[in-house]
Amino acid sequence: MHSGRKLLIAAVATGAVAFASAGSALAQKKYDTGATDTEIKIGNIMPYSGPASAYGVIGKTEAAYFNKINAEGGINGRKINFITYDDGYSPPKAVEQARKLVESDEVLVVFNPLGTPSNSAIQKYLNSKKVPQLFVATGATKWNEPKDFPWTMGWQPSYQSEARIYAKYLMKEKPNAKIAVLYQNDDFGKDYLKGLKDGLGAKSSMITAEESYETSEPTIDNHIVKLRASGADVFLSITTPKFAAQAIKKLAEIEWKPLHIVSNVSSSIGGVIKPAGFENSQGILSAAYGKDGADPQWDNDPGMKKFLDFLAKYYPEGNKLDGSVVFGYGVAQTMVKVLEMCGDNLTRENVMKQAASLKNFAPDTILPGITINTSATDFAPIKQLKMERLNGEKWELFGDIISSELSN
Amino acid sequence: MSAVQEAVPAAPAIEAVPKRAMTLGTGTSLIVLVVLITMPLFVKNFIIFQMTMLLVYGLAVLALNILTGGSGQFSLGQSAFYAVGAYTSAILMEHAGVNYALTLPVAGLICFAFGFLFGQPALRLSGVYLALATFALATAMPQLLKLGYFEHWTGGVQGLVVTKPDAPFGLPMSQDMWLYYFTLVITIAIYIFSVNLLKSRSGRAFMAIRDNEIAASAMGIDVALYKTLAFGVSAGITGVAGGLGAIAVQFVAPDGYTITLAISLFLGMVVGGVGWLPGSIVGSAFIIFVPNIAEGISKGLSGAVFGVILFLVIFLVPHGARQVALVAQHLIDRFKKRQEN
Amino acid sequence: MELLTNQILAGIATGAIYACMALAVVMIYQAIDHLNFAQGEMAMFSTFISWQLMQWGVPYWGAFLLTLIFSFAGGILIERLLFKPLAKAPILTNVAGFIALYAIINSCAGLIWDFTIKQYPTPFGSAPFLGSQLISTHQAGMIGVTVLLLIALYAFFRFTRMGLAMRAAASVPESARLVGINTSWMIALGWGMAAAIGSIAGMLIAPVVFLEPNMMGGVLLYGFAAAVLGGLTSPFGAVIGGFLVGIFENLAGTYIPGVGNELKLPIALALIVTVLVVKPAGLFGRPIIKRV
Repeated sequence: MHSGRKLLIAAVATGAVAFASAGSALAQKKYDTGATDTEIKIGNIMPYSGPASAYGVIGKTEAAYFNKINAEGGINGRKINFITYDDGYSPPKAVEQARKLVESDEVLVVFNPLGTPSNSAIQKYLNSKKVPQLFVATGATKWNEPKDFPWTMGWQPSYQSEARIYAKYLMKEKPNAKIAVLYQNDDFGKDYLKGLKDGLGAKSSMITAEESYETSEPTIDNHIVKLRASGADVFLSITTPKFAAQAIKKLAEIEWKPLHIVSNVSSSIGGVIKPAGFENSQGILSAAYGKDGADPQWDNDPGMKKFLDFLAKYYPEGNKLDGSVVFGYGVAQTMVKVLEMCGDNLTRENVMKQAASLKNFAPDTILPGITINTSATDFAPIKQLKMERLNGEKWELFGDIISSELSN
Repeated sequence: MSAVQEAVPAAPAIEAVPKRAMTLGTGTSLIVLVVLITMPLFVKNFIIFQMTMLLVYGLAVLALNILTGGSGQFSLGQSAFYAVGAYTSAILMEHAGVNYALTLPVAGLICFAFGFLFGQPALRLSGVYLALATFALATAMPQLLKLGYFEHWTGGVQGLVVTKPDAPFGLPMSQDMWLYYFTLVITIAIYIFSVNLLKSRSGRAFMAIRDNEIAASAMGIDVALYKTLAFGVSAGITGVAGGLGAIAVQFVAPDGYTITLAISLFLGMVVGGVGWLPGSIVGSAFIIFVPNIAEGISKGLSGAVFGVILFLVIFLVPHGARQVALVAQHLIDRFKKRQEN
Repeated sequence: MELLTNQILAGIATGAIYACMALAVVMIYQAIDHLNFAQGEMAMFSTFISWQLMQWGVPYWGAFLLTLIFSFAGGILIERLLFKPLAKAPILTNVAGFIALYAIINSCAGLIWDFTIKQYPTPFGSAPFLGSQLISTHQAGMIGVTVLLLIALYAFFRFTRMGLAMRAAASVPESARLVGINTSWMIALGWGMAAAIGSIAGMLIAPVVFLEPNMMGGVLLYGFAAAVLGGLTSPFGAVIGGFLVGIFENLAGTYIPGVGNELKLPIALALIVTVLVVKPAGLFGRPIIKRV
């Protein structure tokens, strides 16, 4: 009976193995390059040097955030390997780094690359290689084109949509306003200006003066003088932090008090308002989608508390007053959410699919009431903003949450 | 300040490279050539891409070597010519559907004219004044490219996307490999042309002007013609490099052609050895790979690490790679002598 | 007409910034016959030092003085350690050294103090100057200090033995050595003074443009342009050059139709190049006679 028993054991064993492998075939793990049982490789390109090096801190925040996730067990048991390279805000260098990430480091996704020129340079390449270009760090309007570029997705509200919100506000509150615009002469400034003009539509003659400036100019004071001479009573400041602060200061110095609107990228209390002087900034308007780290109204907010704990433990040199740090946290959290949603199916296709299936997701640092929503035809995660006015030493949100849907 | 400057005891601003040492020996040249031709067969596409950029920037540094090392005119404005070449290729390819190979001679000619024209007002300037003028050109170029007036052609701040060509006749190689060999052939051709140029009468005229302009003019050399010619040739080669660069990177935008590029090319020339044409590729390797190495060492201090490495290089070999080659040559000669004895 | 005067006044105000920097540029040129690309970064670093001192509680003028001393010593140290070994190397290699120094200082400043802008105090206050809406008391103060510096420099070079020795060492080094001047230390002294002047420029400029590691990049270019326009051998020319660049740039931006605003800088530079073609040594520089 030995052989008989052996046969039985063998049969049972074979059956068990077959059953087990059939079971694992049902819960099969699927990977593309960059993902394994133990690791997910995330690539990133940031300007750590060069004219935009102020934004390099976003990459550092994200690295620290992924360290935190790894310390807490990783994503579904897999550790994140965050590989970030410097492109010095130069498109040819960005192309080189993108190719390095995809062909040499073999990452799963390229996450949050910064700058419109750099992203424009790598968009075609990444789409042709079918590598996700996820949550790009620029507000240019062109990242929401799932039909032509199915692998590219933005994150923050686009510049044009923000400008339209201001246009709507002005047409309602100050229909006879004379608007003076100071804008940075690059993709950021020009995109914004276009949004403003489109938003005003037939009433774009409300704009009585436009002044552009280059980032190489030491100061924009003389532009302010010129804009004031146009007799405008509304001043729209499409500027990056340093120049926004200079504008606020100069306006106070020459005692010009128009309705002052500042773009969201320069609305940080710590980065712009405080250095420019609270007394000079009263009544300034802006729009926000994130919580400001300097604003005491969020001191007891659970999401903000988590952010502050994260800073204390994983990124102590991080400056909570720096809007870039808050930004980095929020977008990294979104990435982690998407990867969690992928489960064990870590193909690039699935990553894009999950990214396009976010429903009512609210990172810790986003304003209450604003959520991230995407779909197969909607690649703009954050579309909502709330207007705010500076009162005392903090921003006071007012009005309803405005959706900035662009009808393309 | 005294109005009179002593000319005799002061070292010439730009050192002469002895004619003998101007190129690599035949043996070394062959080795380098073999390496350049066979390497793509063993490495990944990404490395081939980097090597293509190595050749492209090598061409640009070579052009600067002709201008500064050859004719003694200091230029911090090569990025402007590179940009014009890049945009010419891009616009011709994307708006006019011209074949990529044909855009290069056009880019070269346009940049030659541009350089020649720029050389005219530059005639009266030298040294630091010429540096400022070329610096002005380099800073002006990105702003010109962003101008709304030209936006229809240049794409303004958004730039233009360029389509990469496939290997012709259905050859079994990737786009990268084809582009590499294409670039290599052009590079070798331009290198041979440049070496012959510097060895020819025109080359001697350049060098006479570099060493002592007044004496050269007293000897009957048409200084104005040769100086502008040097600018033109240098600009033309840089333009071709720009065109190749645009095709390799597949994108042109004003932000890619700033003064930083001009300064990098200058550093490449110094590290390679001013006036030593073979050093151009060493200089090019320096400006492509050392920033990557610096970044690998420290992300926060990548600029400082780069600066430190640069200092080390110029302390150890103030005359650049040419000095290294000279030392190597000496050692080989001594070795040979010992063999004979 | 009012716009014209406004723009001229505003141009003078911005021009004061360029004039300050141009003085430092001329200073280093007088010492070593080259332009130092890292001048701006050194000034920025000094300004950060003074800011840090103030953060630690040192009052403004104390920090100012300490920074001056530190910058002077720092300039000499940098020259002795980094550029004396390159004295025999070709000029272009030295220029590469300046670029390396730029990269190092900029990177270190970014790491130590990060890139968020910082407010920098001014001893002159920010009220409108004489009721004028265009020039603040600080900007008037800046012009005043620049003029004072100019007079001090002029007196130094013209009337003191040290100044004479430095000029001799820079223009005719062989002869200077023959009369016993230690040309090597003259160069070090020149560096130290240029660094100190640069730090004053930085501390005057920072209240207007806000302190951050990239603050001097644009200023340095304008400083060069102003110094070259005025004549690299003339501190007076440098200051005038600074004001002229500021005014001209503003007028170009206002009155040249269409592209004037976007091409302000290239137009200003083109003007300077044109001036140089006509007057190769700058407006106030002494023409150099070269012997063959």
